[in-house]
Amino acid sequence: MLKLTRKLAVAGFVLGAAAAPFAAPVQAENVLRYTSVSDASTLDPHALNALVTLMIDIQMYDALVMRDPGMVKIPGLAVSWENLDPNTWEFKLREGVTFHNGNPFNADDVIFSIKRAQADTSQMQGYVNTITEIRKIDDYTVQFVTDKPNPILLDQLVNIFMMDAEWSKEHGVEAPQNFKDSQETYAVRHTNGTGAFKLESREPDVKTVLVRNESWWGNEEYKHNIDKVVWTPITNDATRVAALLSGEVDLVTDPPIQDLNRILGSDALKVEQTAQMRTIFFGFDVKADELRHSSVKGKNPFKDVKVRQAFYHAIDVEAIKRAIMRGMSVPAGMIIEPPINGYKAEWDENRLPFDPEKAKALLAEAGYPDGFSVQLDCPNNRYQNDEAICQAAVSMLAKIGVDVRLNAQPKTQFFPLITGKTTDFFLLGWGVPTMDSGFAFDYLLHSEASWNASRYGTPELDAKIEAIRGIVDVEERNRIIEEIWTQVQADIPYLPLHHQMIFWAMSKNLNIPIEPNDMPRFYWASFSN
Amino acid sequence: MLNFILKRLVQSAIVMLVVALLSFFLFNFVGDPISNMVGQESTTKDMEELRDQLGLNDPFIVQFGRFVVNAVQGDFGISYRLQRPVEDVVAERMPATLELVFVSAIIAILLGVAGGLFTGLKKKHWFSKVILTGSLVGVSLPTFVIGILLIYVFAVKFQILPSFGRGEVVTLDSGWTTGLLTLSGWKAIILPSITLALYQTTLILRIIRSEMLEVMRADFIKFARARGLRQRDINFGHALKNTLIPVITVTGLQIGSLIAFSIITETVFQWPGMGSLFIQAVQFADVPVMSAYLVMVAFFFVMINLIVDLLYFVVDPRLRVEVRG
Repeated sequence: MLKLTRKLAVAGFVLGAAAAPFAAPVQAENVLRYTSVSDASTLDPHALNALVTLMIDIQMYDALVMRDPGMVKIPGLAVSWENLDPNTWEFKLREGVTFHNGNPFNADDVIFSIKRAQADTSQMQGYVNTITEIRKIDDYTVQFVTDKPNPILLDQLVNIFMMDAEWSKEHGVEAPQNFKDSQETYAVRHTNGTGAFKLESREPDVKTVLVRNESWWGNEEYKHNIDKVVWTPITNDATRVAALLSGEVDLVTDPPIQDLNRILGSDALKVEQTAQMRTIFFGFDVKADELRHSSVKGKNPFKDVKVRQAFYHAIDVEAIKRAIMRGMSVPAGMIIEPPINGYKAEWDENRLPFDPEKAKALLAEAGYPDGFSVQLDCPNNRYQNDEAICQAAVSMLAKIGVDVRLNAQPKTQFFPLITGKTTDFFLLGWGVPTMDSGFAFDYLLHSEASWNASRYGTPELDAKIEAIRGIVDVEERNRIIEEIWTQVQADIPYLPLHHQMIFWAMSKNLNIPIEPNDMPRFYWASFSN
Repeated sequence: MLNFILKRLVQSAIVMLVVALLSFFLFNFVGDPISNMVGQESTTKDMEELRDQLGLNDPFIVQFGRFVVNAVQGDFGISYRLQRPVEDVVAERMPATLELVFVSAIIAILLGVAGGLFTGLKKKHWFSKVILTGSLVGVSLPTFVIGILLIYVFAVKFQILPSFGRGEVVTLDSGWTTGLLTLSGWKAIILPSITLALYQTTLILRIIRSEMLEVMRADFIKFARARGLRQRDINFGHALKNTLIPVITVTGLQIGSLIAFSIITETVFQWPGMGSLFIQAVQFADVPVMSAYLVMVAFFFVMINLIVDLLYFVVDPRLRVEVRG
């Protein structure tokens, strides 16, 4: 049967091609040729919680709740939602929506998708693990029950894409890829979402082609004129820029900072920019009794807040911005960014001033008038100019007598130091996809948090962090969030440097809103002719 | 002869086993794949589970044993990065690299032999000096600089050739993808193959030239002249033939290193071959892909060496006599 359909399709194609010369001239297609440094490793929307996978999936899959380019939550596959009681949410689903294969979207698909995201092999569990029960009220109404009140459920659901239950069963992808089976699952290179674009072809690392979904529910609302997206990742920085300059691609979402001027020098190109949701900071191990690589034996200088303040005063963040970031960064006093709930401009804009004399005095007060030596662990292929920032810090700290040995290495070697919590002093970057401080607390500041290599945390602070996970009252919750940040700002377990910026370079006739999470959404793009 | 080949094959198997062992040992230092495989939201427990699943907690020798047993059966495991069987991914990428290497080798041999002959025979000619000076560029500039230079001139400035990719490819019945059947495919292969061939061209050119200079002074050439043979017959029939032994050795080995060198060229031109696959695997600590790649490159080298040895028999009659005797 399948073979027959394929034959028919081929016949139809041949006939169509033969007839084409006689047909009326078709209007030229708007093809958006896009490049970025890396490709998604899988298209399975629940297998991997990685930016590139989410970026390509969001073109083809929809979530119940979406965000507009300003990061405000708007209806997606759910048209409305309501908090029936603190633990129960009711969602009204959009009617008349179909998947790319023609199957209708309904409550069963929602239940299936949430369960799939909760599976053992899913990496999206963190976004859905508070949901204990999903009730189907009717085909277009579902209720989610959470184990305790979950104030950020909607923010979490933005990342959970809806899959078709029937399609997943048919292709044996009811659960995301398990690495134990050395088999590729169907969902790694095939998609069937409800989204604005359909997958036409996929060659990993080489080329992915998406075509406009004519029956997308959002076509009326979000009028875009992109007929086709051709995504060809280019790893090499110089080649990626060359491809843009030569007009072979229309959009680059990660041009190297040092090439921006050259791109702006071209008449056919423009650069859009915005603050990214990622802050770069140093961290100190504040818990160890003795540092692993230091001249100080038997005690840990970073335990003393005066030493941390001294480091803070010693770093000239403006110089880093000017010389290393070429003006393309926003100095930070907080480790979260403006759109995130809990952010306060007065903290962010009032860094401890650059003052080497004061830094020296603080070090002397702490009992290190001649400084000490320490190792700085730093990634060299993860953040914008990460290694150069560390090198600059080494010379700045040398001026207050601290002898820093730089250990810069690729992220595959660097990250285990963070998650293994075996680093004394490190550079890290962090973003908050849920747009709420709770995320930063859960991963960076709770004493048991998986990425908290500073090992900072007190029982009182932990109790507060745990408390806000279950408080729905916005004012009460924000009050506690503020208390936590007040404490953190005073204790300086992390020394904030700057918020990264995002640059998208594109041809002048392309319009696409730049988004702080660095994910272009092609259904908001258009070509002006 | 058969005996010789068999002996060679056994040796090859040992070489590949040693390569696999060494590379596997090195992989302990490329870093931890886990942090790349999980998102930033994962917990320490998740990471431990995944590590267990992948068998990364087993002792080195157990991991290596498992790799060899599976590899012999053609199963290289699943790529951590692409979540697909390694043998599929490699098979998909191999045509691109082999086509690039093939075209480069042709360019290198044609230009190298022609240039070598010319400069060897007409050493005083002004054009010989131009060739020799120009060829210095080929050995002294690193591949990626040449690549970027070519991209800048032909893709950005004149916009006549593409800066990246393989152009349009055609999939043959065997599953082999080729870019050599389309115009855009040929356009796309020009810059990378020249970049890749430049070093080898120079090498072949210089070897042939010095061999020619040497041979032209030999007694049998003088004798051939004395016999009144035409200069052309002397040059090609006698002199060139006698320069070929070292050329074959070097060319053969160089084809192996073309495959290895292609890593840089492929990265610069985003050529979708095994080299760029390997680089990305290194950055990700994708151990299954890295080990498969290294074993395969070792295999290529071993096979090419075998072929080179066999070619000696064809070219040099003296070897045949010795074997018989």
